[in-house]
Amino acid sequence: MAATTTSEEMSAFSDALAVLGAAIAAILGFYVTIYSTDAAMKFHGAVLGVGAVIGAIVVLNSLSSKGGERPYYHDGPIKFAAIAAVFWGIAGFLVGDIIAWQMAFPALNLDLPWTSFGRLRPLHTSAVIFAFGGNALLATSLYVVQRTTKARLFGRWSPWFVVFGYNIFIVIAGTGYVLGITQSKEYAEPEWYADLFLTIVWVYYLIVFGGTLLKRKEPHIYVANWFYLAFILTIAMLHIVNNLTLPVSLTEPKSYILFSGVQDAMTQWWYGHNAVGFFLTAGFLGMMYYFIPKRAERPVYSYRLSIVHFWSLIFLYIWAGPHHLHYTALPDWAQTLGMTFSIMLWMPSWGGMINGLMTLSGAWDKLRTDPVIRMMVVSVAFYGMSTFEGPLMSVKAVNSLSHYTDWTIGHVHSGALGWVGMISFGALYCLFPWLWKRKGLYSIHLVEWHFWISTVGILLYITAMWVSGILQGLMWRAYDELGFLKYSFVETVDAMHIPYIIRAGGGALFVIGALMMAYNLWRTARGDESIDLEDQPRVAAAPEIRATLAPAE
Amino acid sequence: MLSKHGVFERNTWLLSIGILIVVAIGGIVEIVPLFYLKSTIEKVEGMRPYSPLELAGRDIYIREGCYVCHSQMIRSLRDEVERYGHYSLAAESMYDHPFQWGSKRTGPDLARVGGKYSNDWHKAHMTNPRSVVPESIMPAYPWLAQRKLDVANIGEKLKTQAAIGVPYSEDMITNAAADIAAQSNPDADGADAVKERYPKAIVANFDGKADEVTELDAMVAYLQVLGTLVDFTKFDAAGPNLR
Repeated sequence: MAATTTSEEMSAFSDALAVLGAAIAAILGFYVTIYSTDAAMKFHGAVLGVGAVIGAIVVLNSLSSKGGERPYYHDGPIKFAAIAAVFWGIAGFLVGDIIAWQMAFPALNLDLPWTSFGRLRPLHTSAVIFAFGGNALLATSLYVVQRTTKARLFGRWSPWFVVFGYNIFIVIAGTGYVLGITQSKEYAEPEWYADLFLTIVWVYYLIVFGGTLLKRKEPHIYVANWFYLAFILTIAMLHIVNNLTLPVSLTEPKSYILFSGVQDAMTQWWYGHNAVGFFLTAGFLGMMYYFIPKRAERPVYSYRLSIVHFWSLIFLYIWAGPHHLHYTALPDWAQTLGMTFSIMLWMPSWGGMINGLMTLSGAWDKLRTDPVIRMMVVSVAFYGMSTFEGPLMSVKAVNSLSHYTDWTIGHVHSGALGWVGMISFGALYCLFPWLWKRKGLYSIHLVEWHFWISTVGILLYITAMWVSGILQGLMWRAYDELGFLKYSFVETVDAMHIPYIIRAGGGALFVIGALMMAYNLWRTARGDESIDLEDQPRVAAAPEIRATLAPAE
Repeated sequence: MLSKHGVFERNTWLLSIGILIVVAIGGIVEIVPLFYLKSTIEKVEGMRPYSPLELAGRDIYIREGCYVCHSQMIRSLRDEVERYGHYSLAAESMYDHPFQWGSKRTGPDLARVGGKYSNDWHKAHMTNPRSVVPESIMPAYPWLAQRKLDVANIGEKLKTQAAIGVPYSEDMITNAAADIAAQSNPDADGADAVKERYPKAIVANFDGKADEVTELDAMVAYLQVLGTLVDFTKFDAAGPNLR
């Protein structure tokens, strides 16, 4: 009896705290709206204020509608993040394809500030990395940590604050770029106030994730959670150090970064490369370590390999940043360190790839029968390919050719579209029926189509970028027989035209694939009868209802 | 040895601390020395903070995302030095908060673009790049010539930069707004004072419009100063270049 009272008191207390937090955020938001001298910042204050008011209404509303059995796992915020991942994914891919067409046909910049390449490119990168990737990581990490610890998420409203607050940050950051608010640090463009807000959200994320680990009912912390934890902790460190900045005033968006020149460049690429290493790699390896074994119904290939490659991966990655600064004013010793560690990084990267691929041991036939597994396995293959290409490009001699060219863009996209995109699609195809308690996906054949269309799109994309990047790099350094530079810069631009069109076409295929996924997942969540349930593996169904289904053939 | 790993798997705190230690090392080794090594902090004769008009132009350069297609870092490679000029020195971006080295050359490097083209060329190029370079794929920026430059907070901007180590004097901060007007008008009284405060500053009516200071004035003033401050006929990479 006493225990129930305590738990009721606790929940009332957290309701009160949540409303208080929302009230503070609302006051702060509207304060900015009233007192800021900048129209865009006023708008951002309003976004925060309105978001906080909506949050408070949701909390207050839940007070009046108590009752009913609460499910053991807390899946509401996960559903929110999963839907957000699909939405932002399509938005981000679409903007990416638009700017790809702009590079082939500059008239598409429309001569307007809000649609010009320089403002849309950060919108694209942030939308795909932080909005699509970030929401996919939020959804899967909060799902995985509950299932592998057998504990409900820590906190009552905190998980909601994490997913909702994170998406408010996305809106503030994205609209800011279009309106001209940026601090120009790649993949860290949001200005100081957005950074501060994200820091608060991220601390809550750490509390929710770590708190769930602390109250786990399993003695061991599962390997996927090591990767998610390393991702959350390291991103916190990188985000704070790289965004140390002094605002011109508290009522305007403009700030000046604390460091300058070579120190700032090193800090930025320490951040930039580890946004790749920890956001786009460690986090998604966590995804791989849960969803591939689950979907294949096989244990992880090697426990020892996961220990060795986990610690070596997170140790080595941090050093790799200077390979973005070869032959620059950064001291040689730092460049050489960056190159050396990048090459060493090849080994732990392939350790992860081998562990993921070999999990299929004894179940290779599933590549033929289950397109969701195939998607995830191909994603790991792309991971292996781009983590071989990366160390290659970090070698100074290769980098002197590849740096500043489209080769880098192609390399990034084989990792981003192939690895991050495909593993997320696979995880989302698993998650939707599991979260919404369905017997399977609306259509597994549509997944098959999605798989092939996006794979062809990716191949067109990266081969076009190899051609244009290597071509341009060679043209820049070509000499004629008299010893003069052979090509003017604009001649090398002209040579890119056809590869740019092919790349934009490949990107369009990738967008089409994502639209098919959105349709498929929407029909699944809505509860529409599956049109090809007989072709889906039993594991496609939600765990709770698998036992009630007829055994698979 | 791997059997001992269970300690980390059973203790969230230990695992977290282990991760934090392991990921902190690389950054500490690579970043911290850059703040006291001679090669990264030595000053080179000629470097000075941006004039208020140049700084305003730089803020617009950042706002429009120019850095996503243009680098400002000439590497120490034969073809780059021949195409763009002397390789970039660390000291040349010592007042750049944040740095603008870039990572991609969809367009050419701009580290030494100052003085390569006339103000009129820049004006035509910013308004419609294809009017002067037919094959260019650069977006047009016609709004720069139409927008009046916002100078209300330029003093605050200089003060902020001074607070993080850029040597703006009291004099420079007080005269910031006046210097903007003077640098964009060769007939103004303050033109000499601007050149005195900011040696080698180019005073010109950059956008060709006499009556007002536009964003284009600031942008062109910024582009025209890039890479012009260090005199490389006097620079000796092996010798002392300290002020």
